[in-house]
Parts: sequence; C-alpha cells; structure tokens
Amino acid sequence: MNTPSLPLVKRIVQERWIGKGLLLLLMVGTLFYIGAKAVQSPQLFFQQLLNGLQLGFVYALIALGYTMIYGIVKLINFAHGDVFMVGAFVSYYAVSRFRLHLWLGSIIPNAPEALVLVIGTLTVMILSMIVCAVMAVTIERIAYKPLRNAPRISALITAIGVSFFLEYFGALPFVFTANYITYQSPFKVITWYINKGIHMMEPGTQVPPGSITFSSMFIIILVVSILLMAGLQFIVKRTKLGKAMRAVSYDKPTARLMGIKVDSIISYTFAIGASLAGAAGILYAIAYGQVSFIMGILPGLKAFVAAVLGGIGSIPGALVGALILGQVETMSSGYISTPMRDAIVFSVLILVLLVRPTGIFGEPEREKA
Amino acid sequence: MNDHADILTITQLGKDFGGLHAVRNFDLTIPPKGLYGLIGPNGAGKTTVFNLITGLYQLTTGSIRFKDQEIVGLQPFEITQMGIARTFQNIRLFPNLSVLDNVRIAYHAHAGYSMRDSVMRTSRFFAKEAELTERAQEFLGVFNLQDRQGVVARNLPYGEQRRLEIARALAAEPDLLLLDEPAAGMNPRETTALMDLIHFIHDRFELTILLIEHQMQVVMGVCERITVMDFGEVIARGTPQEIQSNERVIEAYLGRGAAALSEKLSEKRSYATGS
Amino acid sequence: MKIKFNRSTIIFLVVAIALILIVEVLYRIRPGGAPLLNEFWYTLLRKGGVIAMVAIGLNLIYGFNGQFSLGQWGFYGMGAYAAADVTFRWTQMHTANGLTILFCVLLFIGLSMYGVSVLVKRVRGLDPLSAFALYLIGVFISAYLGVLVGGALAGPVTSLLSALPGALAKQIVFFIAILLAGGVTADVSYLIGLPVLTLGSDYFGIATLGFTMIVKVLLDNSDTILGFQEMKGARGMISIPYMSSWLWIGFFLLVIVVATRNLLNSSHGRALISVREDELAAKAMGIDVTAQKLLTFVIGSLFAGIAGGLYAHIDGFLHPSTFNFIKSFDPMIIVVFGGLGSISGTVVASFGWILVLEGVLRNVLPSGFESWRYVVYPILLLLMMLLRPSGLLGGFEFPFIKAVLPSLKHKPSTPPTPDTKTAAGD
Repeated sequence: MNTPSLPLVKRIVQERWIGKGLLLLLMVGTLFYIGAKAVQSPQLFFQQLLNGLQLGFVYALIALGYTMIYGIVKLINFAHGDVFMVGAFVSYYAVSRFRLHLWLGSIIPNAPEALVLVIGTLTVMILSMIVCAVMAVTIERIAYKPLRNAPRISALITAIGVSFFLEYFGALPFVFTANYITYQSPFKVITWYINKGIHMMEPGTQVPPGSITFSSMFIIILVVSILLMAGLQFIVKRTKLGKAMRAVSYDKPTARLMGIKVDSIISYTFAIGASLAGAAGILYAIAYGQVSFIMGILPGLKAFVAAVLGGIGSIPGALVGALILGQVETMSSGYISTPMRDAIVFSVLILVLLVRPTGIFGEPEREKA
Repeated sequence: MNDHADILTITQLGKDFGGLHAVRNFDLTIPPKGLYGLIGPNGAGKTTVFNLITGLYQLTTGSIRFKDQEIVGLQPFEITQMGIARTFQNIRLFPNLSVLDNVRIAYHAHAGYSMRDSVMRTSRFFAKEAELTERAQEFLGVFNLQDRQGVVARNLPYGEQRRLEIARALAAEPDLLLLDEPAAGMNPRETTALMDLIHFIHDRFELTILLIEHQMQVVMGVCERITVMDFGEVIARGTPQEIQSNERVIEAYLGRGAAALSEKLSEKRSYATGS
Repeated sequence: MKIKFNRSTIIFLVVAIALILIVEVLYRIRPGGAPLLNEFWYTLLRKGGVIAMVAIGLNLIYGFNGQFSLGQWGFYGMGAYAAADVTFRWTQMHTANGLTILFCVLLFIGLSMYGVSVLVKRVRGLDPLSAFALYLIGVFISAYLGVLVGGALAGPVTSLLSALPGALAKQIVFFIAILLAGGVTADVSYLIGLPVLTLGSDYFGIATLGFTMIVKVLLDNSDTILGFQEMKGARGMISIPYMSSWLWIGFFLLVIVVATRNLLNSSHGRALISVREDELAAKAMGIDVTAQKLLTFVIGSLFAGIAGGLYAHIDGFLHPSTFNFIKSFDPMIIVVFGGLGSISGTVVASFGWILVLEGVLRNVLPSGFESWRYVVYPILLLLMMLLRPSGLLGGFEFPFIKAVLPSLKHKPSTPPTPDTKTAAGD
C-alpha cells in the first residue's frame, strides 16, 4: 500500500484540503466580488436582494411539491413545473375570460372595491389550486401508481412523458396556444420606491436614480407564501394526515401494516404539492406579467435544484434552498449577465452534489449499518 | 510467503456506527489452511466483521493483516485481488447473467487481455478468452454445474445458487475464503452436502476458510476452531468441544433456543455416530 | 484485427455494407433528374443513424452499466460545435488552426489527466473533490499550453493540407474533426465523471442533467462568453460544410455497433454488466466498480460526441435550441422503446423513431395537425410504459434480432448456448 511519505502531505490529503481549498477560494472570491459591488452601489445590491427574495419564495412553493413527492414516493416529478403552468393559465382564463375575480361585486353592487378584489383574487387562487390538485391526483392515479414498483427509470420516463404531454397539449391552438400571452392581473399592482423614505410610484413617472423599487406583489408573494407554508407546516406536524404522510415517507410497508391507507396519503401529498405549485403559478403570472405553455420548464427545474440544495425530501430544506437559489439567480443576473444566470444556477447544482449531495438539511452520507 | 506465518491477523478491530458499537476489541488469528468458524446470536456483529475484512466498511479502530500486509484502507476490489473472496448472507449472484458468465467474471482481474484486444478482436483476445472459458467450464465441472452453464442465474434452484456463489468465489483463486451463512435456508440433506462441499474445497484448493453459520451441525462438524461473538465482542474461543460446554456461550444463546442448541448438539452426535 | 468468419458475422457484415451502399446509391442515381431516394428521406435516414449512435452510447451507459445519465445530449451538442468549428475554419477561414489547436489541447489534456490519475493512485485516500480539483488544475494548464502550441502549428499544417487536392483535404479535415469531437467529449466526460460517478444513481442523473443545461447555456453564449465569433451564439452557426453523407454516417455507425458488440462480448463487457447486476458482488469479485463506471461513461459519451460531429455536417447549420434539455430525453426514450440492453433494439428504435415521427407522421397527419406529433408521442410513450415497460423489443429481441443481426448474439469462440442472449439481453 502506498502512503504519501511526507506527514504534511498526508495531512493535506486526509483533511481533504485540496478540494476544500478550491471551494473556499471560490466562495471567498465570490463574496469579495459581491461585497465590492455592494459597497460600490448599495442600491443595486439591495434591489437584487429584494428581487431574489421575491423569486425565492415563488420557487419555494414549487420546490415544496418536488420535495414532498420525492420524500414519499422517491420520484422526481418532472411534470411538477407544468402543474405550475396550468395554475397560471387557469387563473388567466378565470380573470380575463370569466372575470371571476369580480364575482362579489356582481352580487353585492355596493361592496368596496378593495374587498371585492381581495375576495375575488383569493377565489381565483383557490380555484387554480383546486384544479391543479385534481389534475395532479389524476395523473398520479393514471400514470404513476401503476409503476410504483417498477424500476425507477420507468417512473421517471413516465413523468417526463406527462410533462411533455402537458406542455404540447397546452401548445395546441385550442388550448393555451403556443404564444406568449400577456397576463391580465386581477388587480392593479402598486409600485413603491425607497429613496429617503418610502414613496408610492405614480404611473407614468420615472423613479429618481438611486432608489430601490418593489411592488405590492413583493409583499403579497411574501405574505401568501408564508401563510401557505405555515399551513403546510401545520398539516405536516399537527394533523393526523401529516403524521401519516411522514410515516409513509419513512417506511411505506410498515405504514401500510399500521393501517394507513397509503394510496390515499400519496394522493393527498400530490394534491397538496400541486396546489402550492398552482398558487405559485398565479403569483408568478401577476408578478412577471406573461404566461406561456413553456413557462413551467425553467422555474420547475430551478425549483428542483433548490430542493436538492436544501436536501430533497426535507420541507424546511426546500424553503431554504429556494431562497438561496433565488438570490443566486438574481445576483448572477444582476452582476454577471442574464444569460449566464441559468448556467450558474445549474453549476450550483453540480457543486452541491460534489460537496454535500444530500443537501443542506439532508443527512450526511453514511454507510449502511 | 512464510508458510508458518498466520494468514489472517486481526487486532483490536472496532467499528462504530454513530453511537452504536457494532464491533469492539475483536481479535482473531487464523493459520494457513485453517477452517475456522465465527458464531453468535443475530446482531452479534459477525457479518460486520466480514465487511470490515473485505473493505466494504471502514473500520474505526484496529488493524487487519493479511499475508503479512496491512489491508486496512484498501478498496474491496484490491482486497479481493490480494486473495480474499467471500459469499454473502443473501445470495448475491449476477441474476441476469448465465452461470458460466457469473464464474467468468471472477477471472476478469487476470483475464490477460486489454480492452483494445476486446474491441479489435485480436488473436490474443481469442486465445485468452478461450482459455478463460475453458477454465471456467472445468471449474463448473468440479462443482457439478457444467450442465447448467447456459442457465440464467436467477432461474437456478436455491441450492444450486448457493453452490454457484461458492464456485464463483473460488474462481477468484483466493487464499482465504469467507463464507457467510452458506447453509441458510437449507434442509438437512442439503446441509450435509454443503458440509461435504466445504471439506472438499478445503482440501482440494488448499484454502483457509472462515465461516459464519447459525446451523450448529455445520459449525461443529466442519470447524477446527470457533470464535463466539455477542454484542460485538468476542466471548469465547476454542475447539467445538470446548465451545459446546462453555457457559458464556450457552448464556448468550439463552432464551433464544439454548435448549434447541443442546438438542442440536446431541442431534449432531447421534447423526455422526448413526451415519 | 482478426475476424472470425462464421456465418452470422458474414451475414451481418454483408447486410450492413449492403444497406450502406444501397441507400447512398439510391440517393445519387438520378434517372431523369430526380434521385430515386429523395432528399427528405435521405436526410431522415442520416439523422436516424446519428441518433442511433447517441442512443447506443446511452444504452451502454444505462442499459448495460446501469448508470442513469442524462448527459448524452450535452456531449452531442459539444461534439457538434467542436467538429463544426474545425471544418468551418478550414473551409470558410482557410486555416487549419481549429484542427491543430483542438488536437494539441486534447492531446495535452489527455496527457495531464493520465499523469494526475497516476498521482492520485499513488496517494491513498484522496477524496473525490480534491482529486477533481487536481484534475481541473491540470486541465487548465494543459489547455493553455495546447492553445499555444496548436496556434504555432497552425501555419505549417495549413500549408501542408493546402498542397493536397481541395476535396481530399476537406475530407481529411472532416474525418479528423469528427475524431476530435469524440476526443473532446471523452476528455470532458472523464473530468465530469470522476466526481459525479461516486454519487448514487439518482444524483448522477441529476448532475448529468445539470451538465446538459450548462452546455446549452454556453452554446447560447458561444460568441460572447466563449469567444467563438463564428459560432454566433444563440443566432446559430451557419456555413458548415455539407460533409455527412450516408457513407460517412453508415461507416461510423457500423464501427460503433461492432465495437460495442465486441466490447460487450468479452470479459470487459461482462465486468461492466456485472456493475449493473450487483455492484457489491462485483466489488467482491475484484472489479474496480468506479473505474468501470467511468470507462463506460467515457465511451458512451464519446459515441455521442462523434454523433454530434456528424450531425453538424448534415444540415450545414447548428442552433443551440436543438440541444436544449427537453430533447435530451429523446435518446432515453429511444433506448427504452428499443429495450434496455439490446443494441439491435436501439438501432431499430432509432431509425423507427426518426422515420416515423419526422417522416410518416408528418405526412400522414393533416397539415394543421403537425403540432399534434408532440402530443401523440408522449401518449405513445406513456402507453408503452404502462403496458410494456421492457421495451418494444425487450422480450422479443431474441428471435427477431437473431434473424437480422445474428452476430450480436453470437460469441465466436463459445458454443451457441443461451448464455449469449443473457449477456446482452434484458
């Protein structure tokens, strides 16, 4: 057996310093770069921070679905991003074709506008969430359940097939069409800017230089996401359903033996995950103004990276991973370049897999006892 | 190699899994051509010891010397190439490969031709491959499996699968063979055949064998010396006779069939005298 | 190379060579103006051949070795652009510097990786990340040197090639470009494989997917970030010479099929299959599982690189959108359709895929419904996954394939026992 002769070399090897050293270099370099840029222009830095936060929460809602589904059936549900897309489109049709968000106003003519819009938007959101949940459960029953005991690749390919189907079916002229559609928001989005105090932005005016802008969507996204995630946390930690979900993800056969209806639990998991993605779809559409049949692909993939980063199968991991990834994406986009941001996001994925494949909240790899 | 040196020397072997001490203060020395047994109740750490020897697990403390060389830290495949082969508790054949192919894989490390030879189909390839195949077929013949050489491994009956696994391990031309519960799931007739097989390969291939087994009939009938483990530690060593009457050993099995143990032991005696 | 001329080998070679020649002849003969085989189908056949190479590489990595790689498409794109750049520079910019620089870079990188691998073997217990870091450093240094040396050699080599007749020089450059494309993907896959193959199979798939996405982004920015103006980034690269005749594609496909078949029917083939069957048992049998996985990954990716190089010269232009990750599932679907672990199935499924999807369906479905193609095929895929997951030819491959491509199921020196089918089947 060849051992390095020098004791110093041996220590370098055993303590993994070469690899860690490179990583450290990379991190320090990045921090310095960003730090320098931040000092140079704090306005830009904080703007990106806000944007990243907003994006991060949207990704978190999607990532939760990925992580929950993986946790319970060990499937990477490639079709999840398309559920997000469907949610956006459902709300689009509800708002622009059916004017559903104004239903309260049509029943009670004197209702205050703000109330009508709030209730209306909530209705639309809940509708989208329900549609997405139903769709996901149907997909699970038809396409995934039969393959639960098949080799993983079969289930994966099926998920890919479902994803393609949703996208290209949606691209058909009588469905969502292959166009990029401008989304009609159910309510007007107000923008504020911060420049020596918070001011509301008048439409048609310019923002004074050096200000940081954010919209009401930022607040709405934060609030809605946090509420939804709190709701999820409640379900998972405090209800019988949540307990059953956790049991099934630890040990399916034993859960079955304990009398848990495993199939129903799995359906519930898919439903919850999909409804979160549906909510994300609406929020994303209002915030970024455009929907299309392929809008789910990149966000879906990035949310997946976020879930891996946080530790796939871990719910807090999905949130943390998504927030980090949101920052990575916006910072890259702001400081490096927009095209490179996707490459950087996926490089983060590879880096995570190299350094700590089970993610931030995952258990570190151990030998099987 | 010095013929008088012990072939395997394990000193103060220890393995922790998180807080669990799976193996602790384990010592074992086996001379060349020894036929040793390792027994103990379920969960005593026996298979863990095997996994540590073959490099599948990293040890926490201790040293393992094979043929007077420290093998701790080597990769499993390197350890096999040095001369240690093993079978598994749950048979691990290559299920979709044929019987012949299962054995031929054992020859891969010293196949004698490179990948270039395979792809380019040089005459060296044809020669070495034919040689390899012939050796494998002869080998199967020794184990009476030559008629089954084309059968897909997962279609073999259980007893033949066991035999194939042992044959495959031997095809790797080891100096030390580790057998992990080879008699598991066998009926008495198969078990006797297995005992004969073990004696046969011990003599014919001049092997050193270390055997984990629960069936006392096999252990007592085959092993020269036995080491007994419980809760990761060695609790007794000795010849079969010494072990049978060892109080600590009986205590370890107490409540898990100590009565069955003495029954089996007397069974074995009467079987031996009866046959 | 020694060829054992038994019956199945002869049949196979005769059929293969005949198919290659006949198609080309049909295309070239033009009685009364139009060729017997029109451009549309000729191109489809060529594309089918190219994707067959990618799929065979994937089948090797996944079907036979058990590693779920989604990286084939990234290597495909890499190979395409690499080869295209070399030939573009020769035909449009009249310099062999693409050729010489790439050659030198690959040579030096190869040497440095070999050197580092020797170093890593001598140092016990080096963790994957650190080993990877060493390789990376070696690669950067050698790449830089390669660019310098290659640049210096460009002049002399250009003059040398210019002295030859134009058409011959073009073919030589093309051939070398294809090989270099394979070299690029081999080197890159080795580098990526090192750290990533130590992960479990799910994570390996994810990592290779990430790789493919990164390649796509880099291709989109090939003119800006990578600095290759002629690649024109997201606008697409044009003016690539039309060099990929069916003869070339058929030739490379034949070589790849034969090489794969030879590899699988040997001790090395058995070793790589054993990794799929039971990794732990393979280790216990003395097989260096990690090295085996790496080797198989490199070979499979090499096939994708060659395929990419050939692809680039079919239509004469390249666009990064071709290499976006959605299409990276195509070879996976083909391999599953054809039956994992069946080379013949893969070849048949590849041609079937292209000819049916792009050819038949396009003509059969009424013109407004062209976009229905992409709805139909996931439905077909889903149906197949639910009803026949072993692949169309998964169970039936033996009799069918024995009739058409018997040499795949016959090993020259052993009796024709069923063991041959199990080695490559399932």
